[in-house]
Formats: sequence, structure tokens, C-alpha cells
Amino acid sequence: MFDFGQVIDFLPQLGKGLYYTLLISIVGLLIGFILGAIFGLGRISKNKFFFIIASIYVEVIRGTPVLVQAIWLYFALPIILQFQMASITAGIVVIAINSGAYIAEIVRGSVDSINKGQMEAGRSLGLNKHQAMRYIIWPQAFKRMIPPLGNQFIISIKDTSLLSVILVPELMFQGRYIASNHFNAVEIYTTVALFYLVINFSLSLLLRYIERRLNY
Amino acid sequence: MITVQDLHKSFGDNEVLKGINCEVEEKEVVCVIGPSGSGKSTFLRCLNLLEDITSGNVIVDGYNLKDKTTDINMIRTEVGMVFQQFNLFPHKTVIENVMLAPRKVRKISVQEARERGEALLKKVGLAEKADQYPAQLSGGQQQRVAIARALAMEPKLMLFDEPTSALDPELVGEVLEVMKQLAKEGMTMVVVTHEMGFAREVADRVLFMDEGIIMEENTPEIIFTNPTSERTKNFLNKVL
Repeated sequence: MFDFGQVIDFLPQLGKGLYYTLLISIVGLLIGFILGAIFGLGRISKNKFFFIIASIYVEVIRGTPVLVQAIWLYFALPIILQFQMASITAGIVVIAINSGAYIAEIVRGSVDSINKGQMEAGRSLGLNKHQAMRYIIWPQAFKRMIPPLGNQFIISIKDTSLLSVILVPELMFQGRYIASNHFNAVEIYTTVALFYLVINFSLSLLLRYIERRLNY
Repeated sequence: MITVQDLHKSFGDNEVLKGINCEVEEKEVVCVIGPSGSGKSTFLRCLNLLEDITSGNVIVDGYNLKDKTTDINMIRTEVGMVFQQFNLFPHKTVIENVMLAPRKVRKISVQEARERGEALLKKVGLAEKADQYPAQLSGGQQQRVAIARALAMEPKLMLFDEPTSALDPELVGEVLEVMKQLAKEGMTMVVVTHEMGFAREVADRVLFMDEGIIMEENTPEIIFTNPTSERTKNFLNKVL
């Protein structure tokens, strides 16, 4: 009674959705990683101002649902600013800001987890703080970041499906559009789910490979 | 080489160093002994400002560490330090551990750093371990690499913070051997240690610390055979 053969007819449209899902995930996470690195350093900074700004950012974003963030950014902010962002731009911004807060915590945790003796050994050799961070702490912290970072990447990729509510033409949006017009919810939503599974499983394997390569 | 005047150090309300005065001459080997919690390690760590100084003066190689204009990074290049826990960089090979600071701080070429590094590894008996990672080495080997890493900066002074305390007993000898060699070559050394045999044999002077002050200082012969303070006697009775 289910006709999975018909899915082939909708692959171009789903493919278009996949394209936007990947675009938003990649660009959003790239920016999110930069935000995370900056605010993660803020969270370990001795500079009170930088620390407070970073903490507010992390707490506000972690304390509100990503769906609310997306809707607020797309429907509420334009009223305040009198400026409407394109939905795809808004989608990238949501993923970037949201993942950035979690990545900031990952960065902070990883840097904090490096034994204090490492910094002391570096400084006792005459390296300044910046050099010790760059050559000694970061490379070790980065390796520890990979598993939680991979986790966050996967969560963020799945979060992009929520962006359908702000009309981002990503995978879930296309699926809903097709299913409501052709009454083939089982076939289409199963296919959509498989698409996400394939993306995330591939990412899992890639991360496992990188982690193994970085072993020392 | 080092002058310490009325050095106090507190962690919050807890005063760990309560007025230390001492001098270390060039080429002198000074061993610091005393019970746990006496402030030995804190004292040593004040000498390269790994702990900031609460009050008093520490003058190293003519520079007052308390002085705001003193470039602490520059001082540290002249003061090597060896830690109880080795603190090798686990993501770098042995030779990379030794080459890092000369490359980045002294800005010497890769080739020069490598030659210097290889010579130092040979000196500590680990030439063949150059391309291994610290985790592949025994504790004694790791500590010898740590000594080579400190020496690579060609310091005028070496600080040792209980360098053999984390080692299995059978690995202690190889590290002490390297330190003896260093002392023989005329390196100025301050060594916090529980190895009384080493202190007795190598030190020019022994400081006995207890409760944040130097209780007694003298040549090893006198400290170990005829100590004046009751505390020193008690301590030595327990450890010898």
C-alpha cells in the first residue's frame, strides 16, 4: 500500500532542500565555531567585562529553545529593527548563534581540562601566555573538543529542520510541502528521516577517523 | 645569583612563607629539605614567579622580580625548571618538546634547535628516543627529557621541584645521575628534594625549611651529622 517508487519523482525537490540544509549547517557551524572559540575564551578570561558578556551570551542562548530563537529572530526582531532578513540568512544566524553558545562551553571545558602544569611548564621556559596557549594548550584542548564538538554538530544539523517554520526551504520544509500536496506522508517523511541519518552518520564516521588520526 | 629578602607568600588567609632570607651564589648547588607543607615548593616557585610574591624581594641575576618593569619572560629564559610531574608536552615528540622554547622564544633556526636538542638528549642518555612521544617513555626517561628541555634554553640557573618524588624507586638513580653531572659542570642549582643521599653528596649547602621559614642552613656535613635545631634533628631522625 505504500509506494516508495514515487519518491524518485520528488528527489530533485528534496535534493534542493538537502542543499539548503547542508549550506545552513556548514556556514552556520563555521560561524558558530568562531563564536564559540571567542566566547569560550571569554568564559575563561580574567577580564571581567569579556567574561560577563560571554556568560550572558551563553546563558541566554542555552536558556531559550532554538525554535523560539528562530521565530523571534525572523518575526519579532524585524518589527524592532524595521528590517527583514531573508529566511536563509536568518537560518544561518540562528544556527551560528545557537551552536556558538554550546561550542563556547565545549571550548571552555576543554581548555580547563588541560593540566595546569602544562601552562606552567610552558611559562617556565619563557614562552609568554599567548605562545603557551597557542603551542601547548590549544593543540591538546582541540583534541579533547572533538567528541563533544561532533555531538554539537549533529545536534545543530538536526536543529536546521526547525527552520522550516521560518520558511527556510531546507529538507524538512520541502518534505512538508510535498507530503501535504501529494498525501504521501509515510514515503516522504521516511525519506527525509533517512537523509538526516545519512548526513549525521557520515559525520560520525568522519569524526571518528579524525580522532584516531590525532591520537598520540 | 639569587637574593631573597623577607619573602612572604599567602594563599588567601593562609600564610605559607613567613619571611625567607637567603642567597644562592653562582655555581652553587643548594638543596632544600623539610617536611611536607613546609613551603619548600612554594619558595622554589617564587624564584621564577610561578607564584606571585606577596611581599619581600626576590632578586634573580640582578633583576628584582617584584619590580613591575622586570620582563618575567626574559628572566624565565635564564631560569630552567623541572617539575615533580615532568609536565612534558604530550602532543609533541621528545625532540619537539626540547626544541619548542628555543625555536619560539630564542627564535633560533629549526636546524640549530634540532642539533642542540639532539646533543642534549644524548647528554641525558636518550638520543634514541628523540622521535617518540612522552607517553611511550618511563617516568625516569620523561624526567630526563624534562631536564634536557629546560637546558635547551641554556639557563644560568636550574630549579628542581622534587624531581624524583613521582618516580618508581628503581628509576630515581638515573635522574639523580643526570643532576649530579649537571652540578659537576658548574650549573647553579636549587633543588627541593627528599633524596637525603643526593643532598648530602651533591649539595654545597642545605636549607632545612619548616612552617614557612628556613629553620637551619649549613653545609650538608653539619646538617646531617650535627644539626643545631631540634626540628631539624627530629625531621632527620624520621627520614634517615
